[in-house]
Amino acid sequence: MSDVDLTASAMEPDFERPNLERQLLEGRAIKNNVLTGLTWIVAIIASIPLLSVIYMLLVRGGSRLFGADFAEVLTGLPPAGFEMGGGIGPAIVGTLVMVAIAAVISVPFGILAAIHLAMLDPHSKTATMARFLAKVLTGFPSILAGVFIYAVIVISFGYSALAGGIALAVLMLPTVVLAAEEAIKQVPQRMKDAAFGMGCTRTQVIWKVVLPTGLPGILTGVMLAIAGAAGESAPLLFTALFSNYYLSELMEPTASLSILIYNFSGMPFENQIELAWTASLVLVLIVLVFNILARLVGQPKV
Amino acid sequence: MAKILQQPGSSSTITRAPSSGEFLGDSIFRAVAYSCAMLIILLVAFILWQIGKEAMPAVGEHGLGFWTGTTWDVNKGQFGVLPEIWGTLYSSLLALMLGGIFGISIAIFLTQDFIHDRLATVFRTVVELLAAIPSVVYGLWGIYVLIPLIRPVAQWLHEHFSWFPPFGTDLSGPGMAPAALVLAIMILPTVAAISVDAFRRIPYKVKEAAYGMGTTKWEAILKVMLPTASSGILAALVLGFGRALGETMALAMLIGNSNQISLSLFSPANTLASLLASSFPEAGPVEVQALMYAALVLLLITFIVNVVGLGVQQYTMRKFEGK
Repeated sequence: MSDVDLTASAMEPDFERPNLERQLLEGRAIKNNVLTGLTWIVAIIASIPLLSVIYMLLVRGGSRLFGADFAEVLTGLPPAGFEMGGGIGPAIVGTLVMVAIAAVISVPFGILAAIHLAMLDPHSKTATMARFLAKVLTGFPSILAGVFIYAVIVISFGYSALAGGIALAVLMLPTVVLAAEEAIKQVPQRMKDAAFGMGCTRTQVIWKVVLPTGLPGILTGVMLAIAGAAGESAPLLFTALFSNYYLSELMEPTASLSILIYNFSGMPFENQIELAWTASLVLVLIVLVFNILARLVGQPKV
Repeated sequence: MAKILQQPGSSSTITRAPSSGEFLGDSIFRAVAYSCAMLIILLVAFILWQIGKEAMPAVGEHGLGFWTGTTWDVNKGQFGVLPEIWGTLYSSLLALMLGGIFGISIAIFLTQDFIHDRLATVFRTVVELLAAIPSVVYGLWGIYVLIPLIRPVAQWLHEHFSWFPPFGTDLSGPGMAPAALVLAIMILPTVAAISVDAFRRIPYKVKEAAYGMGTTKWEAILKVMLPTASSGILAALVLGFGRALGETMALAMLIGNSNQISLSLFSPANTLASLLASSFPEAGPVEVQALMYAALVLLLITFIVNVVGLGVQQYTMRKFEGK
């Protein structure tokens, strides 16, 4: 019938075909699968500490915070020695006040410095140097900020909320600068060019085009810096010290959540240790709120 | 003519060139921004100068012997930080080994198409949360969870392998092992984040080329991706090491604050940062000077490590982007 033999068209090649199939039990495949399995195990092990911390915070800290006497816990004064009850009110207020001081100082300076680094003169020696030192400062041991402020302020003016806030500002500044610089650089060049083309001065371009467009990114950086500062304790140890009472003015020793946790963690009293866990839960919640805010405000508008 | 310049729909604003007042404002604003950038440089210089100045009396008195002295005795006026330098380096190296292996593995896990994007987001959030938890909270967790957990393990290791120096003593409570473990958890996010960056910088065609040669996934990772990302990973390790050197609160709570030099993982030790944290609040004027000297030592060590790490990182960026 047909003179075309279909089977004949599958010609055998005149060289030996390499076997492209990978055998499951081949050495290379086994090695591949073992390493993949190990990576999964590593990733899961790395999540265990986080789960454990969260579990402990909820169980040991949550029992007081979500219990019947939560109002006393949130507003009461820290208990002494064998005293029962008490709360962490002054520490919550102290932490929030000092973080606010730090933000008020570091955010304007940081954003202005970032404007210079990103827009005005990005390749000058000053800008390169400042950018590099800001990166060095982000890896700077936080306790040295405390030592520095101790030498500059505490020796002459004594322990105070202001000194603690300034120490936190030193730590926030590089984070704000680097994040704001990144955000400003993300503003499309053609938007700036369009504004320049209309005859705007550089200041007008910055205020009317660059800052409004880069705002989400800048705010993200600010929120992350605030979250970091709220969790800091080392710089507050000998700048703000601690206090058992609500602060009435900025120039007196001030309580903070992190120092309260540090002080209470080593105490032999069950009540204090429980309060340390409660304070940890509150502190982590504050840090988380700012982290979530950072993501919410970071949704780009363009 | 004026009608053309007028914006449609608005009668109040007329497009015009910036006035001389606005040009003056422009120069002032730029000067302010410039001085804020200068402020960063001045701040670093001021920090160095201020800590140096406060440490000067102690530097003059104790000299280089401060680096090699092993006692810290306020009453005798003897101050030496060799045990603290040892403790700082030992704990940081241990943490770096552990945190480094985990951090790099997680970076590979997140970037080399092991998991679905949505699951990768979950793990990325886990790493970010690890970084967000404050140091004191890790300290508290270390005291009440980690130490009780590893004590039986430490006891067993000490009983069976006491000839091996790292297991030479028993863990009675705080010590090097819990401190280094917590430190490893704390630097893991730093190492992972910078390594992820390093892997992301590699063009996708490099991996495609490796697959095209018939490599398995892991052959591509080990023989192509890792060597290509190596300088970025090195930067991640150095910067993670710098983080570990300066970490304070968790260590002050977990390491035991005891001035001794020991290879043992289970004996208490001390670090420069936790010496500052535990002694500063109650120090008298003489001890404060010595502590300022200790702060200067810590400052110099971390400064050098960070500058090296950033140098390596910038070299990497230039290698991939500069061409």
